[in-house]
Amino acid sequence: MSWKSKDLLTLEDFSAEEIAHVLDTANSFKEVSTRSVKKVPALRGRTVVLFFHEPSTRTRTSFELAAKRLSADILNVQTASSSLVKGETLIDTLKTLESMTIDAIVVRHKASGVPQMLANVTHASVINAGDGAHEHPTQGLLDLFTIREHKGSIAGLTVTIIGDITHSRVARSDIYGLTKLGAKVRLCAPPTLLPMGIEKMGVEIFYDLDKALEGSDVVYVLRLQLERQKKNLFPTIREYSMLYGVTSERLKRAKKDAIVMHPGPMNRGLEISSGVADGPASVIDEQVTNGVAVRMAVLYLLQGEKTQGENS
Amino acid sequence: MTAKIKARILEAQDMDRALTRIAHEILERNKGTQNLVLVGIKSRGEVLAERLANKIKAIEGTEVPWGALDITFYRDDAGTHKPGKAPEGTDLPFDVTNKKVVLVDDVLYTGRSARAAIDHIIDFGRPIAIRLAVLVDRGHREFPIHADYVGKNIPSSQKEEVLVKVKEKDGADEVLIMEGEL
Repeated sequence: MSWKSKDLLTLEDFSAEEIAHVLDTANSFKEVSTRSVKKVPALRGRTVVLFFHEPSTRTRTSFELAAKRLSADILNVQTASSSLVKGETLIDTLKTLESMTIDAIVVRHKASGVPQMLANVTHASVINAGDGAHEHPTQGLLDLFTIREHKGSIAGLTVTIIGDITHSRVARSDIYGLTKLGAKVRLCAPPTLLPMGIEKMGVEIFYDLDKALEGSDVVYVLRLQLERQKKNLFPTIREYSMLYGVTSERLKRAKKDAIVMHPGPMNRGLEISSGVADGPASVIDEQVTNGVAVRMAVLYLLQGEKTQGENS
Repeated sequence: MTAKIKARILEAQDMDRALTRIAHEILERNKGTQNLVLVGIKSRGEVLAERLANKIKAIEGTEVPWGALDITFYRDDAGTHKPGKAPEGTDLPFDVTNKKVVLVDDVLYTGRSARAAIDHIIDFGRPIAIRLAVLVDRGHREFPIHADYVGKNIPSSQKEEVLVKVKEKDGADEVLIMEGEL
């Protein structure tokens, strides 16, 4: 199949075929990270900018490693130390960076739609590394990659996503990706953490964790964003933990070979018990490993396409 | 798809004989199988490397380790050619340090694939030597690279394509010269 997008902004716009192509490509890049020389020359001489406007350790370092392992040069631009604090608009900052001839820009921003806005005005490839509560497509892709690695394929699996769906860009990307590849997706959360009309995405809603876990192949636990508690979306953290915290005891309701995932960072003992997080079903560390491979694949595929476009 | 078959250069038996001879030559120059490893360049080279390993085993009675390289990420046009199907990945189940590596490919043409494969190999370690075995050498080199073992030299025009087919992937063993666009 051929690759046609300049940017990776959402999984909503991706076809099942395109998603499968990224995952297949990521397979080869995973092998690169197991070598003693963890580097290939595929993007030598390309410049990738990491443009992060929200705190992030794992996504930023994962992208940085991915770009470095492809031999690209990277540039870190962070809000606090950039001209943005002097009142420059995002687009002007981008134009400045673009004038220095960059090839790709990885953007994280607290406002939904920022990557799309930037993609409209630049020739560089824009990769969404999380925009507001909208999407986090590379997290979605690495989750799909991890599930596929364990289960062989995605079609027909029952995947249960538990936690704060309303504020979760990870959940949205996962739901798009999983449903496109034919999985049955269940969402489980208190009604206040479920957005109105979410069932239109083709998912099944549960308010009872035990029922939701019954027969699940994949248990996906979202981080409880503690800052939300101030908005009184749930009475107490303790009550949330008792009703929606995934423990070894409750996990028994899922299938015997079920895997447990979490996008990190975890609140241990809150949404997930340490027994589960470190237990045999957990693939949380593998998600991080796979993240680098998947991001390498995304950078590689986008850069290939961009040059092709310029030549023709 | 306007390509036409211009000539059939090798048939299954010819291919097999050429590989048998190459296997003997490798053993002769290497004085046996000590430190020898075979590394095919995907995808046809992988099949040929496996066949050479089997032939060496039949001749000498010893197993020669073999693996396969996917050179996609090492191509000098990586990023300028449109990525097509997903790369298959490299599969080298041994350490190449202090080994005599024989690279195996189906066709030697510009020498660019061989260059990429050499770069790929040395990312894994420091071999004693890297040699190159090809089923067909069709000329038109763009790099200072030559093959140490050649199945058949086929002088070709740059307008033609040399197509190596193998049973495992294409259903038949043969080498064809094609005319027109593939």
